[in-house]
Amino acid sequence: MDNLALKELLYKMADDQLILGHRNSEWTGMGPILEEDIAFSSMAQDKVGQSQQLYILLNQLGEAEPDTVAFMRNAEQFHNCQLVELPNGEYDFSLIRHFLFDHAEWLRFEALSNSSYEPLAQLARKYKGEIKYHLIHANTWIKQLGNANEETLARLKQSLHELAPYALGIFEPSPYETQLISEGIFIGEEALKARWIESVNAILAQTALGAFNWSASNAILGGRQGKHSKHLQPLLDEMSEVFKMDPTADW
Amino acid sequence: MYGGGNTFEAQQMGGVENEDPIKLAEFEARIARGEKIEPNDWMPALYRKQLIRMIEQHAHSEIIGALPEGTWITRAPGFKRKLALMAKVQDEVGHAQLLYSAAETLGKPREKMIDDLLSGKSKYSNIFNYPTFTWADSCFISWLVDAGAIVNQLANSKGSYGPYCRALERICAEESFHLKYGHHCVIHMATGTPRQRKMMQEALNRWWGPMMHFFGPPDKASVHTEILVKWKVKMATNDECRQQFLDMYVPKIWELGLNIPDPNLKKNPETGEWEYTEPDWEEFKRVINGDGPCNAERLAVRRVAEERGAWVRKALLKPEAAYTTPLA
Repeated sequence: MDNLALKELLYKMADDQLILGHRNSEWTGMGPILEEDIAFSSMAQDKVGQSQQLYILLNQLGEAEPDTVAFMRNAEQFHNCQLVELPNGEYDFSLIRHFLFDHAEWLRFEALSNSSYEPLAQLARKYKGEIKYHLIHANTWIKQLGNANEETLARLKQSLHELAPYALGIFEPSPYETQLISEGIFIGEEALKARWIESVNAILAQTALGAFNWSASNAILGGRQGKHSKHLQPLLDEMSEVFKMDPTADW
Repeated sequence: MYGGGNTFEAQQMGGVENEDPIKLAEFEARIARGEKIEPNDWMPALYRKQLIRMIEQHAHSEIIGALPEGTWITRAPGFKRKLALMAKVQDEVGHAQLLYSAAETLGKPREKMIDDLLSGKSKYSNIFNYPTFTWADSCFISWLVDAGAIVNQLANSKGSYGPYCRALERICAEESFHLKYGHHCVIHMATGTPRQRKMMQEALNRWWGPMMHFFGPPDKASVHTEILVKWKVKMATNDECRQQFLDMYVPKIWELGLNIPDPNLKKNPETGEWEYTEPDWEEFKRVINGDGPCNAERLAVRRVAEERGAWVRKALLKPEAAYTTPLA
């Protein structure tokens, strides 16, 4: 097994989780209702915790310590898709992102549950159980607000259109696709995307939004290769503000 | 956190003159026997009013208190602290949810309570009107403000109103973890690098005054206080709580080599009481009345959150929505 392919896969998943977890945590104290504060905070904890475990796997493969990897890299060293780094915006924006991302995430972990790389398969089986609740949460709200009134519908529609190209960026192919597939590590981004379109559209079809025409959107790519929007570096600067005061200190 | 010691009492509140004497006697007998009063039981208007005021202030303190600490979630150094602080602040918001539900059992809807918070009609713990400049400030809050809150909440959990007591029991169980987290953070700061130690000492210097204010001014004897004590609404005086806090935590702070910025602070071996410099109660009054360093900012953040979320709440309010029993 070539570790480069595996590491690339682990890095992008871990970075996605860390950055979206960080964004979710920004809803703490700011949610439209207390229950949503609490829900976004729970999802934030799951995601940041999952990223830490994935960084531990990377550490076992010879990469630096999780804290160093998470708190000391610059934006161009991050492999997350651009979708997760965008500022939270209004609740509809965060909700649509959460819905689109977590469907992909759940399907990714479901596929990885059968990965030939057993340490990852074990984590994936565990995470699938956690993300299941993120998915239930997203679907409940999308169905509720997607059928509520004109304003909610207009907001969700606008956010969906804005985020669709970024969401397609989740599936930016890795340079190692063929290898990952042939070694049975992962089913590959193309196959994942096909499952994802089916999965999100099944929910959207139950709302006044209707199924989305994904083939009409152009994916925003680059995140997986370290090309990011202007929003990632400030997020990282904030995240590491205290840590970088003295990276050798025990906080 | 953050149930803050001092409950600001109403300026004018009626007594028990208009209550049915027989029902009042039964009510007081039940409390004297140690029974809990439940939402549908008869209760004097003053009891209801004071409890709403207390629980509501406590709930507001939880959501406002989430702001000064919440701002450090995105900057917490390292996975361990980041995950713990997220969970901690989430607990606080959860406490607010629980407490609003407990207050709702007395007849005031959550929406009305939030309106009163935003209009300034209803208060929250004064300590959250001070800024958290550094990571060390958030460590101070997690350890010592939570410690103060536990002193107060443990006392109140033995009170007479069932839903509030049950909420407080759950809250205290979670708070004990916050305390451990906060203490752990402060230990690392106080025994860390010179820079960390300096940060921690400076935070202690900033927060000691507000911490002494936390339990409220020395209690004045009043007719209300007497009744509220009898009804087990007020379970300990402000000074009792402050003494208990000092007794439990001053030695722990000193143990870490930190200096408490009060040269007169010492335990009198004869009385067993702590002696200290009275904090500036004029400042306390000024801050309560809206003139603290962060009053405007805290409420503005809360207001923005409410305004931005209004469309979501509106969409959830359907005419056919049935009343659901509150959690507590």
